[in-house]
Amino acid sequence: MLYKPEKTKVFFQRLFHEMNSIGIGSLPIVAITALFIGAVTTVQTAYQLVSGLISKSVIGTIVSDSTMLELGPTITCLVLSGKVGAHISSEIGNMRISEQIDALEVMGINAPGYLALPKIIAGIIMIPLLNIVAITLSIYGGYMAGELSGILTHEEFVSGARETFKGFTLVFSMIKAFTFAFIITSVSSYQGYYTSGGALEVGESSTKAVVYSSVLILFFDYLLAELLL
Amino acid sequence: MIELINVNKSFDDKHVLNDINAQFLKGKNNLIIGASGGGKSVMMKCMVGLEKPESGKILFDNRDMLSLDEQEMREVRREIGMLFQGTALFDSLTVEQNIEFPLRMFSNMRAAERRDRVNFCLKRVNLENINKKFPSEISGGMKKRVGIARAIALDIKYLFCDEPNSGLDPITSRLIDALIDEITKEYNITNVINSHDMKTVFDIGDHIIFIYKGHKKWEGSKDELKHAQTEIQELDEFIKASYFQ
Repeated sequence: MLYKPEKTKVFFQRLFHEMNSIGIGSLPIVAITALFIGAVTTVQTAYQLVSGLISKSVIGTIVSDSTMLELGPTITCLVLSGKVGAHISSEIGNMRISEQIDALEVMGINAPGYLALPKIIAGIIMIPLLNIVAITLSIYGGYMAGELSGILTHEEFVSGARETFKGFTLVFSMIKAFTFAFIITSVSSYQGYYTSGGALEVGESSTKAVVYSSVLILFFDYLLAELLL
Repeated sequence: MIELINVNKSFDDKHVLNDINAQFLKGKNNLIIGASGGGKSVMMKCMVGLEKPESGKILFDNRDMLSLDEQEMREVRREIGMLFQGTALFDSLTVEQNIEFPLRMFSNMRAAERRDRVNFCLKRVNLENINKKFPSEISGGMKKRVGIARAIALDIKYLFCDEPNSGLDPITSRLIDALIDEITKEYNITNVINSHDMKTVFDIGDHIIFIYKGHKKWEGSKDELKHAQTEIQELDEFIKASYFQ
C-alpha cells in the first residue's frame, strides 16, 4: 500500500475527493450529535448537582472537560465508524466482488495504494478537524441548554469552562482523534478489500468494519487514557 | 507470444491446473475452451497475475511473469488489456472517464489528447455519444464494448477476454466476437479468449486449447478440431454438449 502512487496528480485528486466525502460529508451528523450531547450533558449534570454548596459553574467545567476528553473524540468517532466505516467498506467490497479491483491490478495499478491510502490519509486529516468542530459545538450546545433553560448564567458557564482548562486536554483529545481516524479508515478498507462472494458478503464486511472499528476505538480509548493521563 | 510451461496451481488440496504447457500466438485469437470448473478462469488469472501458480513459467515474449519483481510485473501488465466477464467498469466513473482511466494513470497525454483518444476508442467499438453516461445507464452489449475500448486505450500487446459473450443475446454475441477479431488482427495483438461458446470457436478461433479437469487435453487450429474430436472423447463430449446447450 505504501508504494509511490502511479500518478501523484491522480493521488491528490483522489485525496481531496475523499477529504470532501469524509469531512464535509460527515459534518451534519457530527454537528447534530455534538450539539445534543453538549446540551444533554449540561441538563444531566445540573440534575445531579443537588447540593447548594457546589457552584453552578462546575457544570461548565464538567461539560467542557468531558467534551474534550471523551465525548468529542470518542462519540464522534463511534458515529463516524458507522457512517464513514460502512461507506468505505461497502464501496471497496462492491468493487472487489464486481472485479473492479481485479481490473485495477491487471492494469498494473497498486490497488490498495490507489483505493485505501487516500481514504486513510483523508481520514487522518479530516476526522481530527471534525473533532474540533464537535468539541466547539458540544460546548456551545451545553452553553445554550444552560442559558435557555435557566440552569446557569452565561458568566457561570464560561468561568467554569475556563477555570480548569489545560492545554494538554485538547492535545490528548487530538491524539485520540488521530488514532481513531486511523482505526476507522484502515479497518474498513481492510474489510472491504478482502470481501469475497456477493452482495450478502459486502453487507457482512460493512457490519464487521463497524463492529471491529467500534471495539478497537473503545479499547484504544482506555489504553490512551491509561498511558497519557 | 505467450507461453505456459509446466504450470501448476492448486487451492488447498485441490489441483486446479496440472502441468499445463500451452502457446498463445501473436496476432491470433487463442481460445481456451472447456467445461465450467475445468480450470479455464484460473489459468487466465494466472496469466494476468491475479493468481500465482506454485510452479512453472509464464512467458510474455520471453519475460517470465513469475520471476519478475512487483515493479517489473506492473510494467508488463501495462501491456495487457482485459475484458472481464462482468465488464468491471468503474461504476463511479462515466464511460468517458472509464476509458480515459488508463491514459490518466500511465500516459503523459494532455486532457485534449486524452479526449481524442477516448473518442477514437469509442468510435472503434462502434459507440458514440455515450461519453457522459454511467455504466448503469447502458446495455450489457454496450458495457462489453466500453470494456474493449478501455482495454485498447493504451497500446497493448496482449488482450484477455474472459467469457466475452456471457449474458449477451446471440446477435450481440456475434457482434462482440467480430469486434474482438477485428481488433486482434488490426493491432496484431496476442488475444486470449476464455469461452465455452462453440460458435465463437468456429467463428473467430485461430488457435484452440482444450482444458479438461485441470489438464490440457488438446491444442491446435480450428481446422484440426474436427479430427481431434473423433480421437479425444472428452473433447467430443464437450463440443456435443455445447451444441446441445
